[in-house]
Amino acid sequence: MRTLKFLLQKEFRQIFRDPAILRIIFMMPVMQLIILPWAADYEIKNIKLAVTDKDHSGYSKKLVSKITSSGYFQLTSYESSYNASLEKVEDDEADLILEIPASFEKQLVKEDEATLFIAGNAINGVKGNLGSAYLRSIIQDFNREVRLEWIQLPKFSPQTQIEVRSSNWFNPLMNYKYFMVPGILVLLLTMVGANLTAINIVKEKEIGTIEQINVTPVKKVHFIIAKLVPFWILGLIVLTLGLLISRLFYGILPAGGFLTIYVFAAVYLLAVLGLGLLISTYAATQQQAMLISFFLMMIFVLLGGLYTSIDSMPVWAQWITRFNPVSYFIDVMRMVVLKGSGLADIKQQFGTMALFAVVLNSWAVLNYRKRS
Amino acid sequence: MKPQQHTQAKQKNGAARRQFFSFVKKELLHIWRDKRTLFILLGMPVVQIIIFGFALTNEVKNSKIAVLDQSKDAATASLIAELNASRYFDVEANLTSYKEIEAAFKKGKIKLAVLLPSQFAEDLKHVNKASVQLIADASDPNVANTLTNYATAVIMDYQDRITNKQRLPYSINVETRMLYNPQLKGAYNFVPGVMAMVLLLVCTMMTAITIVREKEMGTMEIMLVSPMRPQMVVIAKAVPYFLLSSINIASILLLSVFALEVPINGSLLLLVTESLLFTLVSLSLGLLISSAAASQQVAMFISLVALFLPTVMLSGFMFPIENMPFPLRMISNIVPAKWFYIIVRSVMIKGVGLAAVWKETLILTGMLLFFLTVAIKRFKIRLQ
Amino acid sequence: MASDKIITVDHLTKRFGVFTAVDAITFDVHKGEIFGFLGANGAGKTTAMRMLCGLSMPTSGKATVAGYDVYTQNEQIKKSIGYMSQKFSLYEDLTVKENMQLYGGIYGKSNAFIKEKTAFILEHLHLQDEANKLVGSLPLGWKQKLAFSVAIFHEPEIVFLDEPTGGVDPVTRREFWNMIYQAADNGITIFVTTHYMDEAEYCNRVSIMVDGKVEALDTPAMLKQQYQSATMDDVFLKLARKATRSGD
Repeated sequence: MRTLKFLLQKEFRQIFRDPAILRIIFMMPVMQLIILPWAADYEIKNIKLAVTDKDHSGYSKKLVSKITSSGYFQLTSYESSYNASLEKVEDDEADLILEIPASFEKQLVKEDEATLFIAGNAINGVKGNLGSAYLRSIIQDFNREVRLEWIQLPKFSPQTQIEVRSSNWFNPLMNYKYFMVPGILVLLLTMVGANLTAINIVKEKEIGTIEQINVTPVKKVHFIIAKLVPFWILGLIVLTLGLLISRLFYGILPAGGFLTIYVFAAVYLLAVLGLGLLISTYAATQQQAMLISFFLMMIFVLLGGLYTSIDSMPVWAQWITRFNPVSYFIDVMRMVVLKGSGLADIKQQFGTMALFAVVLNSWAVLNYRKRS
Repeated sequence: MKPQQHTQAKQKNGAARRQFFSFVKKELLHIWRDKRTLFILLGMPVVQIIIFGFALTNEVKNSKIAVLDQSKDAATASLIAELNASRYFDVEANLTSYKEIEAAFKKGKIKLAVLLPSQFAEDLKHVNKASVQLIADASDPNVANTLTNYATAVIMDYQDRITNKQRLPYSINVETRMLYNPQLKGAYNFVPGVMAMVLLLVCTMMTAITIVREKEMGTMEIMLVSPMRPQMVVIAKAVPYFLLSSINIASILLLSVFALEVPINGSLLLLVTESLLFTLVSLSLGLLISSAAASQQVAMFISLVALFLPTVMLSGFMFPIENMPFPLRMISNIVPAKWFYIIVRSVMIKGVGLAAVWKETLILTGMLLFFLTVAIKRFKIRLQ
Repeated sequence: MASDKIITVDHLTKRFGVFTAVDAITFDVHKGEIFGFLGANGAGKTTAMRMLCGLSMPTSGKATVAGYDVYTQNEQIKKSIGYMSQKFSLYEDLTVKENMQLYGGIYGKSNAFIKEKTAFILEHLHLQDEANKLVGSLPLGWKQKLAFSVAIFHEPEIVFLDEPTGGVDPVTRREFWNMIYQAADNGITIFVTTHYMDEAEYCNRVSIMVDGKVEALDTPAMLKQQYQSATMDDVFLKLARKATRSGD
C-alpha cells in the first residue's frame, strides 16, 4: 500500500508539472461545450426552395406566396424552366424544386384535377424527405382553400375521422440542447480520459523510465492503479466543469439528480481509462497508441447514439454498440437528465459498465509485462 | 546569368533535390519498418468507411414503441398490427395502465407510446370520430418529432382505408421525386462526410506527431545540422503521409463504389485531385500544429481531441449548417472539412464539374497556403 | 564456497526467433567484487544483463541472482538489486529529491531512511542546491551520477550498470568510478558493462563476450598475460577480431 502512495505521488506531480496539457484538458471541453451544442439542430427549417413556374397564373402565384409565408421555406429562385432550378440544386442554392406545370390553373378549374411536381435533393435523405412532406402539407392546405372558393362550406358529408393528439414528454419545448449538451459532455469526457491514459504508459516505454520501474519489485496492479487514479480524479473534475456549464449556459438541471450521474460516471471513467491503459500496454510507440485510440474513438462517437439513432442501425452495428461504453453513458445521461431516472432505473447499464471496468483493467494489468 | 553560374546553380539544385529525396526515403523506411502502424494507417479508413457507410443513417426506423390498448377490439388490433408492420416501428410492450408509460420511458428502450382509448371501434362506428393519443419521448427531440409524424401517417392511412375514400373535386395531386438518392440511403450523405473526417484527422495527426516525436527524442537536431534547409526537412516528413493518403483515397473510393454502391457521378479525375488537395491542407495543418506543440501528447490533443468534434458537428454532414446560429455559421467556414464535404458531395453524387466547386477549391487552396506559410515561418523562428 | 557466489550463470541462452543473442554463457560472480562484462556492440551483453535483472525471460539454461532463480523468483531478485540502464532513466519531470523519494518508497524504505539517505547523497554529490530542480534541467554527467545513486539508494546486494558512462567526459567518468569503488567498499557487488577498455582495468574480474559467448574470463592482469598484450585494449581487439556478427 505504501508503494502505491509513492507511485500516486509521482503521477500527480508529473501531471501538475505539465501545464500545457493540463490547460488543454480543462479548456478544451469547456470551450467545445459552450460552442458545439448550438450547431446541433435537426429541425428542418429554412428549406431552400426553387420554384419552376410554367403557369404564371393567379393560383400559381398564390401558392408560392403561401409557401413562402409558412416560415419553413426560403424562396431562392423563381424561374420558368426546370433546368434553371436544377442548377440551383447543383449549386447547393436549393434543397427542393417545386414545378408548377403550364396550365395548372386551367386544369384544376376545368378538369377538377391538376398535378404538381416536387423534386428533392436526397443526398441527405431525411432532409429531402421531410422537406417535401412539409411542402405537400402546405399544398394540401392550399387545395382546401381552393375548394372552399368553389364549393359552399357545409356541403361536406361528415367523414370518419381519427383524431391524433400528440404530446412530448420529458422535453415538451423540444429543446435540442437538453439532448445534445449532456451527450457532448460524455464524448468529451471519453476522449480526454481514454487519450490521456492511452499514451501514458507507452510514453514511459518510449522514454525508457518504465525499465527502471520494471526492475523494481513494484506490483503490476499497483502500477496500473497509480496510473488510473489521477486521471479518474481529473475526469470527475472535467465532468463537474461540464455539468456546471450545462447549468450556467443551458439551464440544464438533471431531473434524476447529480448523484446518479456521478455514481455512473465514476464507474464509467474506470472503464474508459482502463481501455486507454490497455491500448497503452499493447502499443510500442505513442504514435501507435494514438492511432488505435483515434480509431476506437471515432467508432465510439459516431456509433454512440448521439448523432444517429442506434435502433436504425443494421443488426451487426447494433452489436458493436453493445460494446461501446459511450452508448451506455449517453443513454444514461438522457435518462437521468431529462426523464429523472434514478439509480434503480439504470441498474442494467451500471452493471454492464462495472463489468467493462473490471474486464478492461484486469486485462491491462495482465498485459502489462514487466519481463519480455 | 553566365553559363558557368548556371551550371553551378543547376548542380546545387541537383544536390538539394537528392538530399530531399534521401530524406523522404528515410521517412518512408521508418513507416515501412513499423508494420503495425502501417497496417493501422491503411486498414483504419477501410474499416471505418464500411462501418459508417452501412451503419450511419439519419433515418429513424425500427423504433421500439409501447401500446396501451384500453379498447381491445378489432379496430385497435388492426391499427396496432399496422403500426407493427411499418418499418418504422416495433411494438415492444403492451401496457395495461397509464401509470406504466412513465416507467417504460424511464427504462429507456421505448421511444413512443400509443394510447388507444376504450370503445375505440364503437366510437368510430357510431360517432364517426375516435381519438388516438401519441406520447413521444422527447429527450431526443429529433426522434420524437419524426416518430410522431410517422405514426400519424400510419393512422391516417388506416383511416383512409376504413372510409371508402370519396374523390373530392378540385384536387391537386403531388408527385414527388427524390434526386440523386432515390432510395434515401444514408451512405450518400455519410460517405463524403466520413471521407473528409478520416483524411483530415489521420493526415493532421500523423504529421503533427512524427515531427513532434523527433523534437522530443532529439533526432530533429541531427537532421537540422544537415545541409538541408529546415523547411525541407519538415516537408520531407509529410511526403510519405501524402503517399499513404493517396492509397487511402483509392481504397475509400473503391469501397464506396463497390461495397456501399455510392456512385461517382462526376469526373473521377476531379474527385481525386480535390481529395489530394484536401490531403495537402490536412498535412499542412499538421505541420502547423507540430510547430506549436512541445510534446506528442499536446500534438495529439490538439489534432485529435480538439479537431474531432468540431469537424463532426460543423462540417455540415451531421447537422445542416443553414440551421446554425450566425456565429456558428461563421466558425464553420474555417473548418476545412466543410468545404471538402461540399466538393465531394457535388462531384461524386451530383456529378457536377469544376465550374460548380471552383469557390470551394479556391478556399481550400487558400487554407493550404496559409497553413504552410505560417508553419514554415514558425519553424524558421524556432530554429534560429 | 557456494555462499560466496552471488550470481551463478549456467548455459544461459536467449534466442529471438532464429537469432541466438546469448549463447549458453556460464560464469559466476563473487560477492563484493567489481565484475566487468565486456563485449562489442551487439555481442549480447545487454540481453544477458536484462535476463539477470528479470527484465527478459531466458530461453534456456540456469541462473540465480542473490540466491533466487531467474525463472521463477524474478520479483524477489528485484528486491535485492539495483539497476541503471544505458538509456538515462530517471523521471526528468520530477525533481532530484522527488526521484529519490519515489524509488526509496518503491523499495519500501521508511520515511526516515529516505530523508536521511537523500540528504547524505545530496551532500556527497554536492547537489544540495539542485535538490528541488527538475532532473531534466541537469547536465548529463550529473544525471548519470544521480542515476547511480538512485540505483543503490535502497542498498541492494548487487547493482547492474549497463554502460553507465556512455557519453560523459573523462573527468566525470573518473568521479563515477570513484563512486563505484565506494559502493563496492560498502559491500555492494558491481556488475558493469562497458566498452571503455581503460575502465576494464578498474574491475576485479572481466569477462569478454563475442558473438553471444563468453570468450574470456579472468582478472585484467591474467588476461593481459594470457593474450600477451600490454593493455586490455589489445586483449579486446584480439578477441573481437574473431567476431562474425557485426555490431551496430
